[in-house]
Amino acid sequence: MTPRKRLQYVFLLLGTSLFLQTQPSTSASQLSQGERLFQVQCAGCHGPKGEGGSGPTLATPTLVRATNEALLIKVIADGIPGTEMPRSRLDKEQIKQVADFVRRLGQLPPERVTGDPQRGKELYETKGFCAQCHAINGRGGAFGPDLTVIGLQRGARHLRESLTDPGADVPKSFSAFRGDTGLPENYLQVRVVTKDGRRLSGARVNEDTFSIQFRDSANRVHSFFKSDLAEFHKDWGKSSMPSYRDVFSKAELDDVVAYLVSLRGAK
Amino acid sequence: MKTIILLLLITPTALAQVSYERIRRAEAEPGNWLTYSGNYQGHRHSPLKEINPANVARLKPAWVYQMRDPGKVQTSPIVVDGILYITEKPHVVTALDGKTGRPLWSYRRAVSPDIRGCCGQPNRGLAILDDTLFLGTMDSKLVALDVRTGKQRWEVAVADPKLGYSITVAPLAVKDKVIIGIAGGEYGIRGFLDAYDAKTGKQCWRLWTIPGPGEFGHDTWEGASWKTGGAATWVTGAYDPELNLIYWGTGNPGPDWNGDDREGDNLYSDSLLAIDADTGKLKWYFQYTPHDVHDWDSNQTPVLFDGLVDGRMRKLVAHANRNAFYYVLDRVTGEFLRGAPFIKQTWAKGLDAKGHPIRLPDTFPTIEGTVVHPGIGGGTNWQSPSWSPLTRLFYVMAHDGQAQTYFKMKEEYRPGESFEGGGFRNLIGDEPPGAVKAIEAETGKIRWEFKTHSYTSAGLLSTAGSLVFGSSGEGHFFALDAESGKPLWRFQTGARITANPISFLVDGKQHVAIASGQALFVFAID
Repeated sequence: MTPRKRLQYVFLLLGTSLFLQTQPSTSASQLSQGERLFQVQCAGCHGPKGEGGSGPTLATPTLVRATNEALLIKVIADGIPGTEMPRSRLDKEQIKQVADFVRRLGQLPPERVTGDPQRGKELYETKGFCAQCHAINGRGGAFGPDLTVIGLQRGARHLRESLTDPGADVPKSFSAFRGDTGLPENYLQVRVVTKDGRRLSGARVNEDTFSIQFRDSANRVHSFFKSDLAEFHKDWGKSSMPSYRDVFSKAELDDVVAYLVSLRGAK
Repeated sequence: MKTIILLLLITPTALAQVSYERIRRAEAEPGNWLTYSGNYQGHRHSPLKEINPANVARLKPAWVYQMRDPGKVQTSPIVVDGILYITEKPHVVTALDGKTGRPLWSYRRAVSPDIRGCCGQPNRGLAILDDTLFLGTMDSKLVALDVRTGKQRWEVAVADPKLGYSITVAPLAVKDKVIIGIAGGEYGIRGFLDAYDAKTGKQCWRLWTIPGPGEFGHDTWEGASWKTGGAATWVTGAYDPELNLIYWGTGNPGPDWNGDDREGDNLYSDSLLAIDADTGKLKWYFQYTPHDVHDWDSNQTPVLFDGLVDGRMRKLVAHANRNAFYYVLDRVTGEFLRGAPFIKQTWAKGLDAKGHPIRLPDTFPTIEGTVVHPGIGGGTNWQSPSWSPLTRLFYVMAHDGQAQTYFKMKEEYRPGESFEGGGFRNLIGDEPPGAVKAIEAETGKIRWEFKTHSYTSAGLLSTAGSLVFGSSGEGHFFALDAESGKPLWRFQTGARITANPISFLVDGKQHVAIASGQALFVFAID
C-alpha cells in the first residue's frame, strides 16, 4: 500500500470522531446510527469505509450522481434504475442518517496544524523529491498515489505517520477492484523474476488471472503474462515509500504536513 | 409431388419446430442448444469435439454482437438450426444469424415502472417448444413469441411485481408445458413454481415453495412468517423424462439475515424439490440449510446422472451448493448419499448421516457482525456447473476462500420493499480468488482446481473435445483441459463475464458463445 489508501483507511477509522467534533448539526447518536445503517445496508457493495467494491467509492469529495444533499437522499431512497443500486427500505429519518454519514466520508474539515504550508511546498518539491512519485494537479510521478485532494482524504496525524513510518499501517487491500474503474488502485507492491533472469518490482496497476501490469519507480509500466515469469511475488502489507524520519527535521515535517493538509483541490 | 413434400419438410419453418422429443433427445443433435442447460439433465455439456486440446489455441472470434442497452447480461442462448435466440436487457429478445451475427428480428418490450429486483435486471435466457419462444420478464410476465418473427403470441401475469416478484430465470419447456420460477427472495415474497400450457398460456399448476396452513411443513414457520418467507425459484432446474420429475432448487428464507421471527426449519427454503411434471405435486424434498440466516440460496442447477455408489448403480442428482457443500442424492427417493465441502467453510462441523448440517455455535449474524466462511456469494451461486459423461467430473466455478461479516437488524415487512433483516460486508484486506474446481461426481473428492484472480458468477461448459470453458471477472474467456485443469487458451473480452457458455454448429463447424459486458462473443477455429 499505498500511502493514499492507507491514509484513506486511517482517516476513515478516525473520521467519525472528527465529524462529531466539527459537525454540530448532527448528533452523535444519529451519526453512529447512520454509520451502523451504512455498514449493514451499503458496505456490502461500497466497502465498509466507502472505499468501493462492486459499487463505486463514496470516499470522494464529489459524488457524481449525488452532487447535493437532496440528490443523495433521492439516490439512497429510490436507488438508481438500471443499476444494482436498489431502492432503500429505510424510513426518511434513517435515510437522512445514512446520507449524513456518506456525505462525510469524503469531507474532512480543515485541521489546525502548526507548520507553514508554503515552506512545506518547497520541501515537497526540493529536499523531499516527493514529486518524483506523487502528482498534484496532474504534475509529478505516478508511482505513488495522487495527492491533489489528500487534505480532504486524510488527517494530519496520519499524514505525519505516513511520512515517518510508511509501512506502519498498510492494509492489504480493500477489494479486488474498484467497481467504478475496474482497477485495483491499491498500489500493491509486486516483484517478478523473468525467465531470462531480470528482476523487476513496482506498484501493481492491474492484474488478471493470466497477466500482471505494474509501474516501477521510474514510472515505467511493465506488463507480463504470468506464464512468462520464473517468479511472481505480492508484498502484501509493504510500502515502497522511504521514511522521511531522518530526512526532515521536526519543524520541516510540520511544514510538509501543513502543506499536505492544505491540498484540497480547486477552490 | 414428392419433391414438393420434401421441400416443405426442409423449409426453415419446419426446421424451427422444436418438439418435446427433440429436447428430450438433445444429445442426438449436438449442433443445437435446445434448452437452458443444453439438455434436461442440467449437464451443460456439448457432445461436439471439433475443438479440442490439440487445436484450441487456434480458437478466434467469429463475430461479436453488441447489445443496445447497457446493463448486466447473463443470457444463455438457445440455438436452433443455425439461429441463436438471446435475451438482452431490459426486455429484448433477438434472433441472430449464427454464421454472421447479424440480427434477424428483435422483440422489444416496454419496461414497467413497477419492477423491483435486488440485483440489476438480468435475464438468463429463453425456452423453446415447437415454434414458440418463452420469455420471463422483470415485471413477472410470461411471454410467448413466434420463433420465426419475434411477434408476441400471448402473455400471462405470473405474479404481482409491486409485491417484489420478478422473473430472471430461463423457463423450462417440458412436454406441453412451460415451467417458470420466480425471484424476489429479498422482498418478502412467498415463493412458487408454475407451469403454463405452452399453446394458450393457461396455468396448469402452481407449487408453493412454502406450505400453506394445514399442509406438511407449515409448522416449520413461526406465526405468519410463512407469508413472507421467500424460497424463490430463480434458476432453471432439471428434468428426468423417465421419472417424469422436475428438480428445482429454492432460495433463501426471508428476511435473509434475521431468523428471529421465523423460528423453525423454514421449509422448503434452501431445498431441492422433486416435482411431478404433470401435476406439480411434490414427490420429495431435501433441505440443504435449515433455518438459513446467510442468504445461501440453493437455486444452483441440479445435475442428473447415473453412477456407482456403494457398489450399486443409482440414479443420482448432484448439487454444488452456495452453503459450500457438494451433495449427491438419490434422485428417485431424495435419499442423501454423499456430501463434502468443496471450499472452506466455518459454519458447520460437517453433515450428519442424513445430510443435515451439524452447525457450529456463534455463526449466526449479529448486530455487531459475525465473520463466516463462505461469504454472501457462497461456495458458488447461480452460474451453471457442468458435468461431463466422459470424465465423470462435476465442474463448478467456486469462490475460493472468501469470508464476510454478516449483520442482522430488525426489519418490518412492507409490501414491495426490500426485506432482508441485515446485511454483509467484505473484510478489509480481502482479495479473494475464484477457482474452477473439478469434483469427482460420485464421491465429492476434488480432482483438480484452476485458480482465477477474482471470483465471478460465470458458468462452465464441458465438451466432448475434452475441454472446459470458463470465464474470469477480469474478462477472460478461457479453455482448460478437462482432465487436468491446465489452461490451454484464453481471450480477453474486455468486460466482466457473468454468463454461461454454450456450443453449437454453424455449417458443420463448432462454435462457442459467451456473453460478456453487453456483447455476445462467438468463437470458432479459423
